[in-house]
Amino acid sequence: MEQYSGSRNLPQQRRGLTAIDAIAALIVILLIVQIWLLSATLDMYLAGHRETALPGAVVSGILCAACFAMYGFVLRVDKDSRPDR
Amino acid sequence: MSNPVKDQEPLWRDEFSISKADERYVNRRQLTKFLTLGSLGMFVGNLWILVKTWVRKTPVYPRSVVAKAGEMPVGAVKLFQYPKAGEQCIMIRTAENAYVAYSQKCTHLSCAVFYAPEHDRLECPCHQGYFSIKDGSVLQGPPTRPLPRVVLERQGDQLIAIKMDPEV
Repeated sequence: MEQYSGSRNLPQQRRGLTAIDAIAALIVILLIVQIWLLSATLDMYLAGHRETALPGAVVSGILCAACFAMYGFVLRVDKDSRPDR
Repeated sequence: MSNPVKDQEPLWRDEFSISKADERYVNRRQLTKFLTLGSLGMFVGNLWILVKTWVRKTPVYPRSVVAKAGEMPVGAVKLFQYPKAGEQCIMIRTAENAYVAYSQKCTHLSCAVFYAPEHDRLECPCHQGYFSIKDGSVLQGPPTRPLPRVVLERQGDQLIAIKMDPEV
């Protein structure tokens, strides 16, 4: 029976997949914001407005940290949902 | 005792080493990793701009004689290089005692702009970007940033370029 634990844990696995999908969608949203932020900061930099570089980098760093935190969450969900792997 | 779950599994699954559920996990995990690395790339881009801002040298603008007042008729154009050789600029005499000068590089893709007297504006022939002759502001896209202005100073009968605004 032990060898079929994967099939038995299917609902839990499915929950894990749903959670990972949701996290991936959130990361996509944050990434789009970061792309916009980078292009806006670059545009301002080229226009000679150097004062936007620091807040741009800080906000981008926060978003990046959030993405890494969510990636860590994905790894944890993966590990919890497939303990035998 | 027969196992009903095993009975439902097709035979080929016994020899196929990757389970579908695991593959889904790995695919999603890899996608998330890719997106996270993309996010890191964006952050590095922002950091690069920040570092460029910090380590940037303060530009030095020499005082350079551009022309003599009155040597050009009203509406005429003179090209000159400022603040260094290769940085093409354009000066226009807009009225009897009014001169304006801008960088000739379009802020879109660096094509050379020219003065269109019939519309009294600077035009970029590459993508039809138009700039105001008064302050260099954008009248029509695709450029989004104004032309850098060369600040002129009149000293006697000489027109002297003293700096760029904004700094380039």
